[in-house]
Amino acid sequence: MIRRLLAGVAVMWAAATAAYLALLLAPGDTVDILVGDGPDTPEIRAGIIAEWGLDRPEVVQYLAYLGRLLRGDLGRSYQSQRGVGEILAGQVWPTAQLTLAAAATGVALAGVIALVTAGRGRWSRTAASAAELVSVSVPPFLVGIVLLSVFSFTLGWFPVSGAAGPEALVLPALALGLPIAGVLGQVLRDGLERALEQPFAVTARARGLTERALVARHALRHALLPVVTLAGWFTGTLLGGAVITEVLFGRPGLGQVAMQAVTGGDLPVVMAVVLLSAVVYVTISTLLDLAYRVIDPRVRA
Amino acid sequence: MTVSAAPPLLRTLVAVEDLRVRFGRAEVVRGVSLAVRAGECVAVVGESGSGKSVTARSLLGLAGPGSTVTAGSFRIGGRDALRFGQADWRRLRGRFAGLVLQDALVSLDPLRTVAAEIAEVLAVHDVVPRARRRDRVLELLASAGVPDPEARAGQRPHELSGGLRQRVLIASAIAADPELIIADEPTTALDVTVQAQILRLLAERKAAGTALLLISHDLAVVASIADRILVMKDGRVVEEGPADEVLSDPRHPYTRTLLAAVPSAASRGTRLSAPGTPVPPRPVTDVQVLAGTGLTRAYGTRKAVDGVSFSLREGETLGVVGESGSGKTTLARLALGLLEPDDGRVTLLGRPWSGMPERARRPLRSRVQLVSQDPLGSFDPRHTVGRLVAEPLGLPRRERRDRVLDLLERVGLPPELAARHPRELSGGQRQRVAIARALGPRPDVLICDEPVSALDVSVQAQVLDLLADLQAEYGTAMLFISHDLGVVHHVSHRVLVMKDGRAVEEGEAGQVLTRPAHPYTRALVAAVPKLGSAQRNASPSKSPEERHSSMNRK
Repeated sequence: MIRRLLAGVAVMWAAATAAYLALLLAPGDTVDILVGDGPDTPEIRAGIIAEWGLDRPEVVQYLAYLGRLLRGDLGRSYQSQRGVGEILAGQVWPTAQLTLAAAATGVALAGVIALVTAGRGRWSRTAASAAELVSVSVPPFLVGIVLLSVFSFTLGWFPVSGAAGPEALVLPALALGLPIAGVLGQVLRDGLERALEQPFAVTARARGLTERALVARHALRHALLPVVTLAGWFTGTLLGGAVITEVLFGRPGLGQVAMQAVTGGDLPVVMAVVLLSAVVYVTISTLLDLAYRVIDPRVRA
Repeated sequence: MTVSAAPPLLRTLVAVEDLRVRFGRAEVVRGVSLAVRAGECVAVVGESGSGKSVTARSLLGLAGPGSTVTAGSFRIGGRDALRFGQADWRRLRGRFAGLVLQDALVSLDPLRTVAAEIAEVLAVHDVVPRARRRDRVLELLASAGVPDPEARAGQRPHELSGGLRQRVLIASAIAADPELIIADEPTTALDVTVQAQILRLLAERKAAGTALLLISHDLAVVASIADRILVMKDGRVVEEGPADEVLSDPRHPYTRTLLAAVPSAASRGTRLSAPGTPVPPRPVTDVQVLAGTGLTRAYGTRKAVDGVSFSLREGETLGVVGESGSGKTTLARLALGLLEPDDGRVTLLGRPWSGMPERARRPLRSRVQLVSQDPLGSFDPRHTVGRLVAEPLGLPRRERRDRVLDLLERVGLPPELAARHPRELSGGQRQRVAIARALGPRPDVLICDEPVSALDVSVQAQVLDLLADLQAEYGTAMLFISHDLGVVHHVSHRVLVMKDGRAVEEGEAGQVLTRPAHPYTRALVAAVPKLGSAQRNASPSKSPEERHSSMNRK
């Protein structure tokens, strides 16, 4: 557990350093980059140099930057002239809503499809595999556009954009969650079928268990192991996917913030988003690691 | 009042006539009839692919996905199984008949505790109210001979030894107090002393009145416990009868082949695959080819090999026996120069072999070759048989081809196999390829690590005969590692017995294995299942002592 925490800290440090190096290595004068498209006067330039300590050696600047991060000071945005922490705080919740809803949609769909089709006839299997393949291969923005044109523009069931109320969450969550459902569904079904062929499944059947009880009490747990491993990887894609999906559906959130910050060269904000992603990634993979230990107690040995 | 002299009429638990099981087009069980009566033990014996397991599982409606089961008549527990639906089968499974499979490490759910697995049977059939289930589980564990049930109940299969796991599996099969236990290879892959314990446990259940249907590839295993034996081959029963009759007076040629193929003290010096014919003499010279002195090797704090010395002469086979974890394989790796001893030294052909830089060792590498238990794992699956055999030869292309074909012929494989891939071959063919590859560089020493443990008895017989022929022809010395005392007794000139990393006894094979001096060797020898008088009748031969002296004269 202590090792796990140390690894987490190392990842955070690496992310902070990488973000800092990116800033240093970015083409052009650092001051120009920091100024970005904002107002450019000698006073502002002097202010920037003073605030970032650009007249000091790079190592000192880097350490000062790490020191500020440790105190929780993320710096100020050059576009909106507000604290970066304050900007992010306002946008985290809509993104969290979207990613959680997408993850739930993906896992739920995958579970239903896998449980219904595992070990069944060839037709239902083939149909499910095909659907999964399509959902995995089609990029989320295309899924989003199709969903929008069918359910919003044509049928008018859901709002076209915004984040007002749960109806506005349905389509973005689907667009982001479908590829997850595709991959997880496939992995889960394979895992279930493999577990159902194991000798212990024969033993369990020989005890008089129904197939449903066999899946629920034995096979599902075995099938969850690869799913949990994959879920860690999906965390990364969910955050990346959220950027596109939020822009497409006109939702507020970190995606929008990151988009504007990147196009406007607002590097303090970009760096903060990178750091936040690293925090989320480390937290979730630690949680999944714990889940893995609960599912498969042999891991402890 | 008259007392009837007739034995009590035993109730028939299962009776099936003309059982047939098909998977797609392939019929794997072709008209088997069998019956098990209350309190008796019926054994079904056959090699892999004979249809014995499928037959046993069909009796519980568990022939497997994609199977079609038909029968002329099929009665189980007094009911007509031909009319059974899924729910009828489920009521029967676990309650009327319990199933014990091979290798509890995978036959019990590895993610669940032992107690949960046993309690499942109690819950499904609602045998014991929920509140009393835990007590019942502990009782069952105790009755299956698991010491300290309280502590074991919360453990998982991987935390238990092979023997304890198998006891747990049996406890779960008898949890609902079934009238019939179906045991499919219940002792395969267990050490010989553990196997004896499990057989004793099954015999106790039988004595308590439970009927037993025992499936095994090993006639010796069933000999001690079976009342009746059915011998299966290619989906048919070729011979059936009371156990002692089948074992002592086999009628069918296949049964005779099976019995003769079992290696033992009595089979020394003869061919296992052609009973009665002698193997060519295998003389031993005084030239020492491989020797280890005071070898010690530890993994962490545990000494896997602890102060073992051995020597191997030209043309000699030194058998190394011991149970799993006794350090046999570590010894093999030390002898192969794949592992450095912490203490002690190995010499090969009179030259230092351990403690040398790899550069100095390389010219001698081809002098020692390995044949392992699982050749498939040691073959690159993308290479053809020809390429695998050619690899250690290092000859020019044209000569290489001729040499490969020559080697394949030497191990009894047709030349067209050279173009095939290892996974297309049978287990016996794969082991022949492994032997051909090992023989390629004409080694002085062959290290055989459980070379026949994964093979059926008749295939094992052929491979052991082949090794004997090759030794007679080339005078190759062999370090032959096996957990099977019969095999070791059959092939070895001398024997080394290992326990917990130490060599507890060493000497002439006949001496050590018929008059063991060390208590551990005695326990090992006593635990070996015996065919009784059966085998001697099948292939009359001399006593081990006579045989031994005739060996020395050669």
